[in-house]
Amino acid sequence: MNWLKPSWQSVLAILLCLIAFALGAMTKPEAAALAEPAATLAYPYMGAKGLIIGLLLIAALVSMVKLTPIVEAIVLFVGAHAAAWLLIKGIAGFEGTALAPYFLLLAAAWLLAWRCVALLSWLRPSGSVARNALRLIIPAIFGAWILIIWEAVTRGAGIPFILLPPPSAIGARIANSLPILGSDVRQTIFKAVLIGYIVGNLAGFTVAILADRVPFLRRGLLPIGNMVSALPIIGVAPIMVMWFGFDWPSKAAVVIIMTFFPMLVNTVAGLAASGHMERDLMRTYASGYWPTLLKLRLPAAMPFIFNALKINSTLALIGAIVAEFFGTPVVGMGFRISTEVGRMNIDMVWAEIAVAALAGSVFYGVVALIERAVTFWHPSVRGG
Amino acid sequence: MTEQPPAVVSASKLGLTFQTNDGPVQALSNVDLTIGKGEFVSFIGPSGCGKTTLLRVIADLEKATAGAISVNGMTPEQAREKRAYGYVFQAAALFPWRTIERNVALPLEIIGLSQVEQAERIKRTMELVNLSGFEKKYPWQLSGGMQQRASIARALAFDADLLLMDEPFGALDEIVRDHLNEQLLDLWARTNKTICFVTHSIPEAVYLSTRIVVMSPRPGRVTDIIESTLPRERPLDIRETPEFLAIAARVRDGLRAGHSYDD
Repeated sequence: MNWLKPSWQSVLAILLCLIAFALGAMTKPEAAALAEPAATLAYPYMGAKGLIIGLLLIAALVSMVKLTPIVEAIVLFVGAHAAAWLLIKGIAGFEGTALAPYFLLLAAAWLLAWRCVALLSWLRPSGSVARNALRLIIPAIFGAWILIIWEAVTRGAGIPFILLPPPSAIGARIANSLPILGSDVRQTIFKAVLIGYIVGNLAGFTVAILADRVPFLRRGLLPIGNMVSALPIIGVAPIMVMWFGFDWPSKAAVVIIMTFFPMLVNTVAGLAASGHMERDLMRTYASGYWPTLLKLRLPAAMPFIFNALKINSTLALIGAIVAEFFGTPVVGMGFRISTEVGRMNIDMVWAEIAVAALAGSVFYGVVALIERAVTFWHPSVRGG
Repeated sequence: MTEQPPAVVSASKLGLTFQTNDGPVQALSNVDLTIGKGEFVSFIGPSGCGKTTLLRVIADLEKATAGAISVNGMTPEQAREKRAYGYVFQAAALFPWRTIERNVALPLEIIGLSQVEQAERIKRTMELVNLSGFEKKYPWQLSGGMQQRASIARALAFDADLLLMDEPFGALDEIVRDHLNEQLLDLWARTNKTICFVTHSIPEAVYLSTRIVVMSPRPGRVTDIIESTLPRERPLDIRETPEFLAIAARVRDGLRAGHSYDD
């Protein structure tokens, strides 16, 4: 039996397939057709049912034969995704009619995908290209299955569109409203978020240096800065709208208020992070305040400063979107979300959420990449 | 010695009291000491005897609270402002974001030397500590011994006549330490610098020094000053000679006398 290598995912998947087969009808129309064999009723999965079960069973069985992990992973990948695709395709036009076997088969396909990801994450390829590809493939499969299950469950169970639209509908909405989404991104991200982020971080940084240089500022300003960070954004946003008008400057102002304090606190902490020995060293060179700041204390503070930049990249996006709830011209991501919710266009809301998530991830990723380049020397980056 | 060379460091009745939460702590008391040009003076004693504090007072990293001290005929502060000394710490204290070469260049940048002169001095000091070929490495890519040699190169780079070393090899293993001691003596012979060297190793102190200052704690004070009779030329196996062992025995006696084991 040494050619056999069972995994619990595959065994469970086979079991689920067998139960699904035994339970019979996949959907209510099929059950109706079975009850009245005389009538010719159209029902989903007329031919595909056997194909799905067969695909899953073959993939599960092959995966238990001792093969190289990469072949096994490919078999599982193809089997799981082909089955999922057939499942989702077949339910079209019959939304909300799925019975237990539909969900059992979905679960079986998901288990095989799980096994596939587990195998891939065991792989230790030697080539750097393969390693990088794996680093992308594993989270991609993982993310794809969130969407697959979301799609299959919302369609199979017929979840009302208002509660949770299937991702395909959100994708279609994004594709159809690119101009609107584009102008919203321009208004919210390229104006309010970016300008507010840059000004807020620069202000926090400058004040931190000032507070470091001037003792009375350190003692007087830091507690006040603490208070600024505690201001509720919901309260501040309408006031900023009154002060700076409906357009993006009021949103940028909210972002400035939100990003200022994390940068201030982190920079102050970072400036204190250089060691005693290093500071004594600079003293033995009779180095003045500014050379010491530039050559020792700021480089040592960089991990802290980038921490603030990363925190602020997400805070800025939240701040700008929420601030738009309190009055904007008729463009902007926050504006769109608040009005489309009122018009029950939930797919548009989800489209904006998806765009915001994407933009936020890209923003964070760019900051994190710059961080790796700047603090290459830090043990957390160089790994050891 | 017929003619006394001019004093590089001279201290009289030097004292330093730290104010702590538990009341004043006397770190140094009544230290009288003169260090001439070209000497290699070791400070040895148990922890808390004030040997590092004394070095830090010379370097103007601490201020004496009693007595007088001059460095190159100036106050320590003036001497520091004039960059009269290079200081080597217990750890290498290299900046991890700079290559070895740029670390050595650090004091030169602060002094404001031209690029050409910086490059020339870097080359010379890297050769002096046998680190040629490692200029472009980062500190964390080198071993502990190499890091400490780089920090010595950094202290030598701006050509101060006085080198203050605070247990520079304390964290290294004995084989590396022997090797570095040998190199340090060689470097001292070639550059003719005055070196003040804090250590708690008797063989190290005897092997390196022309003079050994034995100190004892509570309060930190000098209990004995031993002139070495060893020649300046010292191979490592000089440590087996009776002369060496005799000096080591005297240092040990001095340490024992100053250290009351009763309490």
